Amino acid sequence: MRSGTVYTETVIWSAPEAFAADVPYQTAIVALDEGGRVTVRVLGHRVVIGDRVTEAEPRGDIPFFRKV
Amino acid sequence: MPARGPAGDGGVRPTNGCKLVIEMRPVAVVGIGKTAFGAFADRDLRTLAVEAGEKCLRNAHAEPSQVESFYLGNFAGPSFVGQNHLAPYVSTALGITGVPSTRIEAACASSGSAFFHAWTEVAAGVYDLVMVVGVEKMTSQPTARVSQILAGAGDCSGEMKVGSTFASLFAMIARRHMYEFGTRKEHLSMVAVKNHAAGALNPDAHMRKVITLEQAMNAKPIAEPLNLYDCSLVSDGAAAVLLAPLERAREFTAKPVRVLGVAQCSDYVALDQKSGITTFPAVRRAAEQVYRMAGVTPREIEFAELHDCFTIAEIVATEDLGFVEKGQGGPYAFAGCTALRGERPVNTSGGLKSKGHPVGATGVAQICDLVLQIRGEAGERQIERHSLGLAENLGGSGATCVVTILGAA
Repeated sequence: MRSGTVYTETVIWSAPEAFAADVPYQTAIVALDEGGRVTVRVLGHRVVIGDRVTEAEPRGDIPFFRKV
Repeated sequence: MPARGPAGDGGVRPTNGCKLVIEMRPVAVVGIGKTAFGAFADRDLRTLAVEAGEKCLRNAHAEPSQVESFYLGNFAGPSFVGQNHLAPYVSTALGITGVPSTRIEAACASSGSAFFHAWTEVAAGVYDLVMVVGVEKMTSQPTARVSQILAGAGDCSGEMKVGSTFASLFAMIARRHMYEFGTRKEHLSMVAVKNHAAGALNPDAHMRKVITLEQAMNAKPIAEPLNLYDCSLVSDGAAAVLLAPLERAREFTAKPVRVLGVAQCSDYVALDQKSGITTFPAVRRAAEQVYRMAGVTPREIEFAELHDCFTIAEIVATEDLGFVEKGQGGPYAFAGCTALRGERPVNTSGGLKSKGHPVGATGVAQICDLVLQIRGEAGERQIERHSLGLAENLGGSGATCVVTILGAA
């Protein structure tokens, strides 16, 4: 499982039509420990810049991360 | 004298990385035309584009048969209205037939890019009279569908598949800018207040509504920390310009406006692939080139039309263009320096925020708004120092940027 640190984040209240049922939901750019950054969905508790996060169960091809 | 040769032989290098060195001709804007921006249930893409184009031709006292090459800036006509092959679809309706007719797509910088390519043709001496029209018809789709179509300007294999919107990408830029530089929510909101104040004076603006700082701070959330008033509008509209060699400009207008410099630069499409997100390398590179071409410094720019797709984008642009030090864009806007009567007015048209943002029309509309100010035809929003203006047109989250400097000829 990949892990890393929250580089930036937001909570989305107005979604594209494919995600309208999920509102509100949090997305974040995570700086991965293995290098590089990835844009992810956040599960569970809200996160802020600097929080440690780890990859949760994948759902389809969407990367989900949660707070450590 | 050879017309072309290797770099360093006395020719003018047109843009960074271009190996072909030719004598670039001075170019002028000799005509402008715009529709009002708004939500027009009874107007289709082509009638909007034709209205702007016809106004532009009249403004330049030119006939359609004189146009030698045509460019159309349009982001997503095929998705919004189901029509492809848009350039001849529009140009023939304008009576421009037989000549090259080319559509350019570069997200929100589509017509800025079309302007850049049109300028290149005139400057290089390929053609004399080149028209650029930018158009988008967006309001025939519901908001969630519009968000889905706009998301196509991001990286659909990564950032967009998790449910990102363009608002959410710029919200993440805002969060990081706040974290790194101490930018505050009220700094963002002041950009909205300022642009609505200017837009209220623009008869062609989509939302001619003055708002208070309190209203701007407390609107409904879209993508935290951005709320409704941090976001530009979903609009219908079109804008057009006609370019000609400067030496021929007075055949068409008594008030030619010179293109002192224009540059287009590119970067990664995905926000998470950029080395940092509180600055746009494509903007910085384009700005560096265009200041060099025009022979001016950032401090000399008297006014600007900047790409305020979201309030944070205008703040970052004032920094990337060198109007202020990095990180100081928020306080600079909050202090009123970029207001209509401030030291360096930004978005005297109302910007994308109040004037409206028909995506494919925006780049050319910015050029039209600079020309109005330089000619002294901006009406109630006319500013005092208006001889040297800059436009910055941003595509996506900074993957394309076109920067243009115009001046009185």
